Amino acid sequence: MSKILVIAEHLGGKLNSSTARAVSAATAVKGEAIDVLVLADSVDAIASEAAKIDGVSRVLTVARPENAHPLAAILAPQIAKAAAGYSHVFVPSTTFGKDVAPRVAALLGVAQVSDVMSVEAAYTFKRPIYAGNAIITVEADATHTVVATIRSASWPAALTGVNSAPIEAITVDAVLPTHTRFVELKQGSSDRPDLQSASKVVSGGRGVGSKENFDIIFKFADRIGAAVGASRAAVDAGYVPSDLQVGQTGKIIAPELYMAIGISGAIQHLTGIKDAGIIVAINKDGEAPIFEIADFGLVGDLFKIIPELEQVLA
Amino acid sequence: MKILVGYKRVVDYNVRIQVKPDGSGVVTDGVKLSANPFDDIALEEALRLREKGVATEVVVVGIGPADLTAHLRNGLAMGANRAIHVVASDAVQPLTAARVFLKLIEKEQPGLVILGKQAIDDDANQTGQMLAALWDRPQATFASKVEIADGKATVTREIDAGLEVIEAELPAVITTDLRLNEPRFIKLPDIMKAKSKPIDTIELGSLGVESHGHLKTTHYAAPAKRSKGVMVKDAAELVAALKQKGLL
Repeated sequence: MSKILVIAEHLGGKLNSSTARAVSAATAVKGEAIDVLVLADSVDAIASEAAKIDGVSRVLTVARPENAHPLAAILAPQIAKAAAGYSHVFVPSTTFGKDVAPRVAALLGVAQVSDVMSVEAAYTFKRPIYAGNAIITVEADATHTVVATIRSASWPAALTGVNSAPIEAITVDAVLPTHTRFVELKQGSSDRPDLQSASKVVSGGRGVGSKENFDIIFKFADRIGAAVGASRAAVDAGYVPSDLQVGQTGKIIAPELYMAIGISGAIQHLTGIKDAGIIVAINKDGEAPIFEIADFGLVGDLFKIIPELEQVLA
Repeated sequence: MKILVGYKRVVDYNVRIQVKPDGSGVVTDGVKLSANPFDDIALEEALRLREKGVATEVVVVGIGPADLTAHLRNGLAMGANRAIHVVASDAVQPLTAARVFLKLIEKEQPGLVILGKQAIDDDANQTGQMLAALWDRPQATFASKVEIADGKATVTREIDAGLEVIEAELPAVITTDLRLNEPRFIKLPDIMKAKSKPIDTIELGSLGVESHGHLKTTHYAAPAKRSKGVMVKDAAELVAALKQKGLL
């Protein structure tokens, strides 16, 4: 029977919702146990959040000062040791998981399944290649541990609240390197919802025209309680920082509502949003490709339409 | 310092990928092939480090069939000093690629290995991290800024939470993100010059890399399509529609 170890992603003492999404994927394996591993300097708050996720059997914690920042070179040897006895190691396919999981796989001498979209059987998965333009079915070797990253946009977060899994501190006997050091994290400080996990996202593109003009996007997003995103064109033009980029080379998201404003809809952008619930497109060019996939399209000048939307909502 | 650069050939990013009707693969016959965009960025960064005097030699590495030579010549035309062609008839998976790089590292002793964060064909995003693990050296993935000084790399990484800065002692593996640099264009005289630059050829089988640990791809399918929705006439109609869906 399968036993799955899910690696918790967290920041600032809080569990990232990508963890509960990875638990959903673990549930689909239909194994006998799903344990969540929390590696941090201070584990308690994170572990108690993880213990509430439905389907979690146990939460295992490794509290070490070296785990204060998620450095792959530090975490991977601990995860590889902790993986003993597990048939699967699942990690969210976020920049955290993409960084650490292959390092774990290599230490275990196994292949990695990247960006799992569906679990077909315990060792059979579907994943996207060519930026989601083809979906492949892959089979992993059932005699070894499967290391996989879980594509957050493909999985709903497992529910929380009812469960109360036991929390156990464990020690892992791993030599940690000192060759890699954390210096700093520059976060775009914001009270807005997190782009990766927000239920509503308002994105602006090249059509917004300038950094100053982007204020209209931020204001409207605040008005409806949405996170703000941007197309690659808007990021490259310097309107907003790169951490707001949505698309193949940016963030792949699946909000309930996605509003693309002044975004033409290049393939690389559409790749990042095609799992969204409802897509709204507002663009002055009625021929823009974004309208091909939008559930609701509105042709017109965004600088006229956004104030109108705000007026209707007022 | 020597820099090894991974230089993979992939289906050009402008090609619309078609899945074969029988699900056995994607159509690659007659399709334009180019350097993986992230690998062009990796090579550009290595060349800039050489131009700054940080590196002395830039070596591009390709793994692939006999006709990969023309692709490696492009890397040489862009400015690499020499190329290593690891001849393999079939595409290799990331773990094998990492094992191949480790063998080359043992021979070449580079101070830095720069790879693209992912190849735009299999989108695996694994080789650099796997190599760093097997080599037991630092990894700095998704780099948008690299500074080398005092035997270490200070790398700004593009992560979901923002920009993370880490320090990695050399030798190390760096993987490139899109905004690290803009690769230069190849000029005609450089293509001529590249013809006389050396390409070492090594058979994959002669490297003695382990071959276990592979995934088997059993089926290819086209992605589910989103259907075209409806056009609304104005802001009021849009808000009404979204309210009806419970989204506003």
